[in-house]
Amino acid sequence: MSDFNVLTHNLIPEHHLMSEDEAQQMLSELNITRDQLPKIRKGDACIKVLERIHGPIEEGRIIRIVRKSDTAESFEVYRLVIKDVKR
Amino acid sequence: MMRGVSKRIGSIRFATISPDEIRRMSATKVITADTYDDDGFPIDMGLMDPHLGVIEPGLRCKTCGNKVDECPGHFGHIDLAMPVIHVGMVRELKKLLESTCRSCGRLLMTKEEAAEASEAMDAVDDLGGDYIDYRLMARAAARGASKKEFCPHCGQPQEKITLDKPTTFREGGHKLTPKEVRERLERIPDEDLPPLGINPETCRPEWMVLTALAVPPVTVRPSITLESGDRSEDDLTHKMVDVLRINQRLRENRDAGAPQLIVEDLWELLQYHVTTYFDNQTSGIPPARHRSGRPLKTLVQRLKGKEGRFRSNLSGKRVNFSARTVISPDPTLSINEVGVPFEAARELTVPVHVTPGNVENLRQMILNGNTPEFRDGKYVPGVNYVIRTDGRRVRITDRNSELISESLEPGYVVERHLMDNDVVLFNRQPSLHRMSMMAHTVRVMPAKTFRFNLCVCPPYNADFDGDEMNLHVLQSDEARAEALILMRVQEHIMSPRFGGPIIGAIHDHITGTYLLTHQNPLFTKQQVLDVLTNINHRPLPEPHIIDGKEYWGGHELFSLILPEDLRMTFKASICQNCPTCKKEDCELDAFVKVRHGILVQGTIDEKGVGSFKGKILDKITRDYGSEKAREFLDNVTKMAIGAIMVKGFTTGIDDEDIPAEATAQINDALSDAIKKVSDLVAAYHEGILEQMPGRTLDETLEVEVMKVLGRARDEAGQIAGRHLGMDNSAVIMARSGARGSMLNLSQMAGCIGQQAVRGERLSRGYWNRTLPHFRKGDLGAEAKGFVKNSYKSGLTPTEFFFHAMGGREGLVDTAVRTSRSGYMQRRLISALEDLKLKQDGTVRNTADTIIQIHYGEDGIDPTRSVSGDAVDVDDVLSEVLGDEADLLTRIGETRQVGYATVEKDLMETMEEEEFEELDYDMGGDD
Repeated sequence: MSDFNVLTHNLIPEHHLMSEDEAQQMLSELNITRDQLPKIRKGDACIKVLERIHGPIEEGRIIRIVRKSDTAESFEVYRLVIKDVKR
Repeated sequence: MMRGVSKRIGSIRFATISPDEIRRMSATKVITADTYDDDGFPIDMGLMDPHLGVIEPGLRCKTCGNKVDECPGHFGHIDLAMPVIHVGMVRELKKLLESTCRSCGRLLMTKEEAAEASEAMDAVDDLGGDYIDYRLMARAAARGASKKEFCPHCGQPQEKITLDKPTTFREGGHKLTPKEVRERLERIPDEDLPPLGINPETCRPEWMVLTALAVPPVTVRPSITLESGDRSEDDLTHKMVDVLRINQRLRENRDAGAPQLIVEDLWELLQYHVTTYFDNQTSGIPPARHRSGRPLKTLVQRLKGKEGRFRSNLSGKRVNFSARTVISPDPTLSINEVGVPFEAARELTVPVHVTPGNVENLRQMILNGNTPEFRDGKYVPGVNYVIRTDGRRVRITDRNSELISESLEPGYVVERHLMDNDVVLFNRQPSLHRMSMMAHTVRVMPAKTFRFNLCVCPPYNADFDGDEMNLHVLQSDEARAEALILMRVQEHIMSPRFGGPIIGAIHDHITGTYLLTHQNPLFTKQQVLDVLTNINHRPLPEPHIIDGKEYWGGHELFSLILPEDLRMTFKASICQNCPTCKKEDCELDAFVKVRHGILVQGTIDEKGVGSFKGKILDKITRDYGSEKAREFLDNVTKMAIGAIMVKGFTTGIDDEDIPAEATAQINDALSDAIKKVSDLVAAYHEGILEQMPGRTLDETLEVEVMKVLGRARDEAGQIAGRHLGMDNSAVIMARSGARGSMLNLSQMAGCIGQQAVRGERLSRGYWNRTLPHFRKGDLGAEAKGFVKNSYKSGLTPTEFFFHAMGGREGLVDTAVRTSRSGYMQRRLISALEDLKLKQDGTVRNTADTIIQIHYGEDGIDPTRSVSGDAVDVDDVLSEVLGDEADLLTRIGETRQVGYATVEKDLMETMEEEEFEELDYDMGGDD
């Protein structure tokens, strides 16, 4: 594997690992539980990059993604890390 | 009518049925393949056994004792002589065989691996996964297990399992009989199943190999008696007969100790029949056929696809209280109305609950009978049925009307005829968006077509060349209230597809407003009265007196229907986009200015009131509400029709007449171009054509030629256009946006131009040439599809052929596009149908998981957006600053060519090519 960082690609939006405090705050702001969030698999290329920075990311952590949006310029979405399935 | 809920379904669980359960629920065992005896009575223990339910009226069910419609039907069963594989389960069976040990039957996973897999399954629930995640987990576990070469429990080496489609399993080349498969599956212990995604309580693997076959009740497969008195059996019965016959032979042969080969052949035949009984379209085996050669319709075929049970009988049903007929236009109707013929109104009914308040009225109505006479030439509603408090329906006739009228009391329901102002739903297929079905109020009128205001054509995509539409009468007050608030036509003037009006003036209405307002013409008193009849307008201003006669200007007339404080500034469709806009001094009268509800100057055309583009319409709907917008549109239609009738308007082929010198000019220009093309071709042959970067020499030539010919066509159009002024009807229509374009006109008057297929000049047909009229390898303009003539001058035979080639591509494209986009839309809707915008602004599905945190990321309702933007800054500016703002805002230059324009163009090409009666059927996609 080359050490190419997918996050630097212009088509990949920013991914940030949320701390537990931030995650809790976000969940209570939106008044939702973890299981209602959209998912991201642990084997996702972006998670692998984040793991190089933060060390292993266990399931149940939340990733904040900042996207460019046509309608709102920039927009945040949150994704819950779930178990990877080997294909 | 209302029924109380006596039981509520808490949950539904689907499970695999066990042979035990099949036998337990069976009303009788079926052993003989015969159905009826010589006297026509069903044979006991046959496929039509009376224990399986009743289909003949008068008889009683031998199992439950009920009569025809009361007995639900009962299952029977067939005991299979030898086990057979269930076709629907082969994939699961393969998975199970691969991931379990061939000798001890245990899952090919160590204890730790199995525990880990189970744990992963449990975790799915906590993190909000659904059945898809479970399936992925199970699949991953099975894949892991099947890779093992030795059993971790008994050490047995494992063989490779292959599946010979559709139902034969092989292990290392040697065939596994269904019996062996079943024995293997029986060995799998219950506790090894959860990691594979199987719940042993609801599904034991050996149940997937059938030993007993459930026989559906006769009510599921009724036999029909033909006129000749012959019985004709259902396809399923035929198939069961086959199964029973082979089952019987197999049992006899096996019990008689017949050779292994014969038994195996019969066994395979039984497998075939059971397989086709479930699914007669299994790939790899020939479908079972009826005597006539028609393939049998068995269980899977009953359920699957567009004509299957789900899509045809459960998701969609035939309904009562509906009507369908041809549509035609009526500009005197409001956009909210629909004209319904008397005949339809007499059939369609509305239930009215009798109360002390309305009992007298309803008594009178019942006295009218079911086909009342016209009173003073007016339609009078009658009553078809009365439903009494005990639920009995009584048909009203002339004989019993008096009696029933007297006995009418509160609590009864009267089904009265449709009358004016009833709320109905009106729909035209294909129902591609929500505006395809809108609520109208009824106007009962003579003649036999449904009629509506022309402004409502664009949302339905309707025209009057024979289109038919459907009408549904609402049956409850709740439905009426809901339809009136949510579905009424006036609530759909703004389209959610682009933030603009989809309902608006078209064709003649635009021409009408143009004639009314362009250069502010004067109208005599007589004309003014003609135009304003039936219009609810503001008071007429003082007339201009010229030579002692009273005149009013077109601008003044149009201003009468505008809201009193309307203020707008924009450029009309006829605007030529001059390099510097002269604004108020525009000699084309294309600069529209409305101040204090008075049209000060400018022409009202497509940009003003047209559907998709109408700016005045847009502003009124946004700022004054849908009620005002409706009123405005109703008035515009009437006024436009009035104006066009007063002024008179016609078009014909002589509108494209141009002077002889213009024709000569065009011919010169075209000859020049053709000469240039032959020069280019010569240069190409001599090798002195300069190659363009990134292109081959051939491509360079094509590009250059296309450029020259394209320019020639434009030039011809311009020369023709110079002689077609705004006094020309065809030009008025094209410029004002009513119908047609300047390109259409230049093709009629000037030159049609280069024909193309796939964006290239025509090249196919004969060897190295398009037609035998040309030399091989001729690259000149005429030889490759340049049409020099105009539609008016007429085409030469070769040109005509080329034109047909180009035209065909258009037809094929639309045909392909509509069917493909229809299927795409179906899939898109299937994916999005359960999404819902919640109160907190999130978009969620039915499982309450979040799809989008903020609707559309900006939380803007596209219906209320201004072509997609939340705020129209220019509009706000001009509201605050007044005339000063006009200096700041660049009127008409901001995104004029938006999404709407593109859509409209698309729609127009579609309808021109008369591809409306296309079948949108894409068949089984499930």
